[in-house]
Amino acid sequence: MYFLRRLAYMIPLLLVVSAVSFWLVHLAPGGPFDKEHAPASPQIKRNLEAKYHLNEPIWKQYARYVGGLARGDFGPSLKYRDHSVTDIVRQGLPVSMLLGWLAFGFAMGVGLPVGFITAVRRGRWQDHVGSFLAILAVCIPGFVVAPILVLVFTIKWHLLPVALWESPVHAVLPTIALGLYFSGKVARLFREGMLNTMQMEFVTAARAKGLGESTLLFRHAVRLAVLPVVSYAGPMLADLLTGSFVIENIFQIPGLGVFFINSSLNKDYTLTVGLAVLYAALLIVLNLAVDFGYMLLDPRVKYE
Amino acid sequence: MRRDPPADVTIINYSEPQSLDPAIISAQPDMRIVSGMFEGLTRTDPKTGSAVPGLAERWEISPDGRIYTFHLRTNLVWSTGEPIRAADVVYSWIRTLDPMTASDYAGQLFYVKNAEAFNAAKIKDPSQVGVTALDPFTVQVQLNHPTVFFLDVCAMPLASVVPRQAIEKMSDAWIKIRPLPVSGPYELDFWRLNDKVRLRKNPRYWDAANTQSKIIDLLPIGSASSALNLYDRGQADIVWDKELVPTELLDVLLPRPDFHTYTYLATYFVRFNVTRKPFDDPRVRKALALAIDKNRIVQRITRGGEQPATHLVPDGAANYESPPGLGYDPELARKLLAEAGFPGGKNFPRMEYMFNAPAGGGKIHEKIAIEMQQMWRDTLGVDIELRQLEMQVYLTEQDQLHYDLSRSSWIGDYNDANTFLNMFVTDDGNNRTGWSNKHYDELIRQANEITDVPAREKLFQEAETILVKDELPIIPLFFYAGINYFDTNKIEGVYTNIVDLHPLQSIRKIMGHATRNTKD
Repeated sequence: MYFLRRLAYMIPLLLVVSAVSFWLVHLAPGGPFDKEHAPASPQIKRNLEAKYHLNEPIWKQYARYVGGLARGDFGPSLKYRDHSVTDIVRQGLPVSMLLGWLAFGFAMGVGLPVGFITAVRRGRWQDHVGSFLAILAVCIPGFVVAPILVLVFTIKWHLLPVALWESPVHAVLPTIALGLYFSGKVARLFREGMLNTMQMEFVTAARAKGLGESTLLFRHAVRLAVLPVVSYAGPMLADLLTGSFVIENIFQIPGLGVFFINSSLNKDYTLTVGLAVLYAALLIVLNLAVDFGYMLLDPRVKYE
Repeated sequence: MRRDPPADVTIINYSEPQSLDPAIISAQPDMRIVSGMFEGLTRTDPKTGSAVPGLAERWEISPDGRIYTFHLRTNLVWSTGEPIRAADVVYSWIRTLDPMTASDYAGQLFYVKNAEAFNAAKIKDPSQVGVTALDPFTVQVQLNHPTVFFLDVCAMPLASVVPRQAIEKMSDAWIKIRPLPVSGPYELDFWRLNDKVRLRKNPRYWDAANTQSKIIDLLPIGSASSALNLYDRGQADIVWDKELVPTELLDVLLPRPDFHTYTYLATYFVRFNVTRKPFDDPRVRKALALAIDKNRIVQRITRGGEQPATHLVPDGAANYESPPGLGYDPELARKLLAEAGFPGGKNFPRMEYMFNAPAGGGKIHEKIAIEMQQMWRDTLGVDIELRQLEMQVYLTEQDQLHYDLSRSSWIGDYNDANTFLNMFVTDDGNNRTGWSNKHYDELIRQANEITDVPAREKLFQEAETILVKDELPIIPLFFYAGINYFDTNKIEGVYTNIVDLHPLQSIRKIMGHATRNTKD
């Protein structure tokens, strides 16, 4: 019931997101049809504006836009005029999502073990090495990591493809480049979570009752210790699944990330607003999933 | 994730196409693809870049140069088999002009009688526009003025022949129809956003016997280092956009035998806003121009074989030689500035130089701006501030004259001096300086009324002298150099020409040549 209600709230929330972003993109200076080569007559630009209703008052344009949304129509892209916004999302989102899940898997697959080991070996060399690497991963941005990976693995060693999106091998470098930062984040969060949990009374009590160390750690402590990672996973997934401008650009991946940045630079109003709504919807759904996960993992949490 | 069967030729084409609709496109990467798919009455010769017979096999021009009668080939069919007739040509031109199509470049057809009025919906009846089908194989075009470069206009994508049957069925989404009927040498096999456009030879094209490659892939890659890496690893055969050469590596790359530079019709210049003091004074404008050492800019900053410019129309434009403009003369610059009331730059107001962030993310405009700022300070004692804006904002500011000095560039639409000089006619949408000179307007108007080549050249020269020597609403800085890279031992049929057009049908990979060694 609680979750259904939360889902129902989504609609007004998304309307607010679309209204604000619609208003903001129109407020920004510059328009989608300004070109280095001005059209031969002012009428040409007026034709363009008329075709896309940009000559109407903004509230009317928004009403038209919402009317379209109600029919599931996100409107035409103003920059890529052969495509509708839905078209672009339909082509780009699956690619970004695939890469996003891979990077998510990488972040979890690397981050969780590192976090675990650094926590249980706290203060020893494993902790120092692991924590150092985790901080390093968080500090180096993708646009530095990616070219270094390309330089080493493709240009020097000829092991992996330079770019493009053709086979599983092509996904290796982008996955690492995209996931590395998040793996560092996950490792640090999980380490903190483990350390906090290990100090809790129920752990001491369980130890006193003679519970084996591994059962204690894996069956009981991990469930609580992973909660910070779970709450971070929601926004992280929303970020990963919608694609990264930097990584998609460097590896030439036909995802959605590039459009997030370029649509606003191009003043492609419909595409910008459509992507904002998409991102917001994903964020809401994933946060909901996080809360659901909390309920499953932590017996103290109950929603009504 | 998909690995397609290999293409015969793979080309890195810079940006993702904004559209493949010939009436809508305006970006050069898009034109390179679309001219392969749709052809007009004329087409571009791959070697010379000039207009040669396309769907029309011949034509007559009336003695006054205002009526063109085109005779279509009789064997023309769409890639889907239906015949192409004169009515298709008329339909296509009217569609480009139709206000509902909202074509950016419709203006290129305004040379045609009543075209502008039809585009502005002042005339509703398309039959009043000066393009008519006299019979199934004859198209007659009436022009407002004799237009010497009109055959070049006929080769532009916006004048190419598009499939009425598909457009009426699908309206704005017609390019998605499969199979897509095309009139040119290549069919659209598929188009995956930000991934690839694949073209496949159209066997029904009238000149299919001379189409050199069966499958051509065009990749939209905006990152110069990715482009170079893919090329060096043998994943691409041709890289043909200047933006795809990493500027940091220019000194290493340019001497390589597979890097080809050439000049084309494009000029980099600075606009003055002459409606703002003190730029309303030609002496001030001249002083700023004379203080710039353009050689230094091309040798130290751009470094790609650009030629310093003292005039606007690039060298090599058809039937035209520009008059010399102002060179580098710091002495005279200081003198003119003093005469204008700012000796040694004293009391010179704070002015700004506006430039845009390049789409590819380079810093070239910024570097040039800093260099000029230094030159103005050292030579004239004038402090100009710099202001970088994102592209769309910069264009709006320029258009509304919200600037003092502005970076500018122009790529010729066709091979004639008019495409450059017509810009600065009073109130032209591309003037963007506030500058107006009645005599200049009159000279350009006269030049476009006649077809006599030497007389026309003289009128244009007189006009350009006003622009680059007497009045200077602009400072020409340099002529762009184009750069393509491909191995001439491996690829044939890409020629350098002044219009920077490289038709796809002449490009082929030389058979039996071993894959290129990747170690450079």
